[in-house]
Amino acid sequence: MSIRVGNGAGFWGDDVDAPVRLARDGDLDFLTLEYLAELTTAILAHRRAKDPDAGFVTDFPEVIKRISNFLVEQPRLKIVTNAGGLNPLACVRNVGSILVESGLGRTSIAVVAGDDLLKNVPEWIQAKIDLVNMDTGESIVPYADRLIAFNAYLGAKPIARAIGEGARIVITGRVADASLTLGPAVASFGWGWDEYDLLAAASTAGHVIECGAQATGGLWSDWDAIPDSASIGYPIALLDRDGSCVIAKPERSGGMVTAGTIAEQLVYEIDDPSRYRTPDVDVDLTHVELDQVDQNRVRIRGAKGNSPSDFLKVSAVYRDGWTASGLVAVVGRGAVKKARAAGELVVERVRRAGYSLAQSRVEVIGAGDVVPGVLNHLIDRDPVEVMLRVTARDPSKEAIERFCRSIAPLVTSGPPGIAGYATGRPRAIPAFGYAPVLIPRELVAPKLEIRTATEWEKTNASLEYNGIS
Amino acid sequence: MKVRTVRLGDLAHARSGDKGDRANIGVVARDRASYELLRRFLTVEVAAKFLEPMGVGDVKRYELPGIHAFNFVIEKALAGGAGGSTRLDTQGKALASAFLELSIPIDDTRD
Repeated sequence: MSIRVGNGAGFWGDDVDAPVRLARDGDLDFLTLEYLAELTTAILAHRRAKDPDAGFVTDFPEVIKRISNFLVEQPRLKIVTNAGGLNPLACVRNVGSILVESGLGRTSIAVVAGDDLLKNVPEWIQAKIDLVNMDTGESIVPYADRLIAFNAYLGAKPIARAIGEGARIVITGRVADASLTLGPAVASFGWGWDEYDLLAAASTAGHVIECGAQATGGLWSDWDAIPDSASIGYPIALLDRDGSCVIAKPERSGGMVTAGTIAEQLVYEIDDPSRYRTPDVDVDLTHVELDQVDQNRVRIRGAKGNSPSDFLKVSAVYRDGWTASGLVAVVGRGAVKKARAAGELVVERVRRAGYSLAQSRVEVIGAGDVVPGVLNHLIDRDPVEVMLRVTARDPSKEAIERFCRSIAPLVTSGPPGIAGYATGRPRAIPAFGYAPVLIPRELVAPKLEIRTATEWEKTNASLEYNGIS
Repeated sequence: MKVRTVRLGDLAHARSGDKGDRANIGVVARDRASYELLRRFLTVEVAAKFLEPMGVGDVKRYELPGIHAFNFVIEKALAGGAGGSTRLDTQGKALASAFLELSIPIDDTRD
């Protein structure tokens, strides 16, 4: 027995047509949609603060609207997504009403929750539970009152359970990206939660497909050799009960699946490859091997699994002042020098207006500032056209708003050859800090609720979920 | 007796990303011979020196021999990371393409 798991979204902002093409052409058992980058919860929290019915990934209901006919035409197709974000309940009510409108009110939809632990933080601080940024070793208590999101990465168990109980669509909040693929695998194959090598194999597949087209030619170093990038196919993991795994993409789609594109994605955003950690399994990727088994088909083998940690990772996001950036073009002889002077001028004028900016940065793009200093030896020393980017960050919104008003005046009172003010003043936007925190697993209780679309549409926004073991 | 240099991009391809203020660059050698060469000469010291102008912290190198790859993990690479950085590239997306421009000193006399 084998299953086909395709991932149609790698972040919130990814191609909105990709999930539709993948569901249409992928012959899928499971369509996964991964939307939550580390800081996506900051945006969701910001929206939820303004509107209690917001805080989920609004692309997802749109996707459901566009693929609801495939749910009818393809009886095998199921959908697993973390689109619930910080408000899975609002998400599922939205999705519920779309399906009811499409005549699919009997569709069974599961919500996985219990990841959102923001309300527990004060009591845990009182109880002297260590809440420490695992990267820096510093306590998060000094900014605990500014936390806006505190979400544990849940694992595949509640997802597998939801599928096992007949859910056609599973909507989660924060879960480990790889768990979106492992959940369907465990539900389909009946693997034990201690069969770590099998869990590792499917988790590795999940890791490779989680960023969508990054597995099928996106970001590929030899980018000019990618066939038909405009309709790049999104990745499909073909998984077998015995743990074997092949990465593919829909027939006749663009892009390419080669040992090269998969190898680059295997090492994407990992730390120690001997411990690629998920809530389900510690994966050892050290001795993974790849075989090109056919055109656009690559087998991954050799992932090993070990028991997971007793701790779960939490992604903590806190308010951290305000920020803004201005961007203008600078043209003419000595453009680099002019751009730097113009940038410093903006900052100095804000200072003279009485605002000391906590942080400011002048970047001259085209002069080696994107990867600061590293490529200086290769860069044209005197380009006649560069971009100037000036950025400020400060706890005070007023200071940043003043900064926003100080960029445009460059076009009359700065050096000559500055263009690009037509887009108007930049806006002050909230800035956020991010802290990964480890907490004991027993503090986290995943929750699961399964209802039909018709029932979800009518469900009260104050639903209390059932806990699961 | 000679020390030649080779551009990393001629031997490997690469991809970079972030986790907080930490960046990683996955470097995949184009073949086994290139992998062995990089294993000897693309050391942590060579990588750290190349990235030094950015003001990075500790650099670690991990090996994945089955796919001819290395994972370089670079501390304090992003001036605060996605949330905290005032840089244009807060997530280290451009780092890999820059890294491929590294000229690796190859000392053929050490055999």
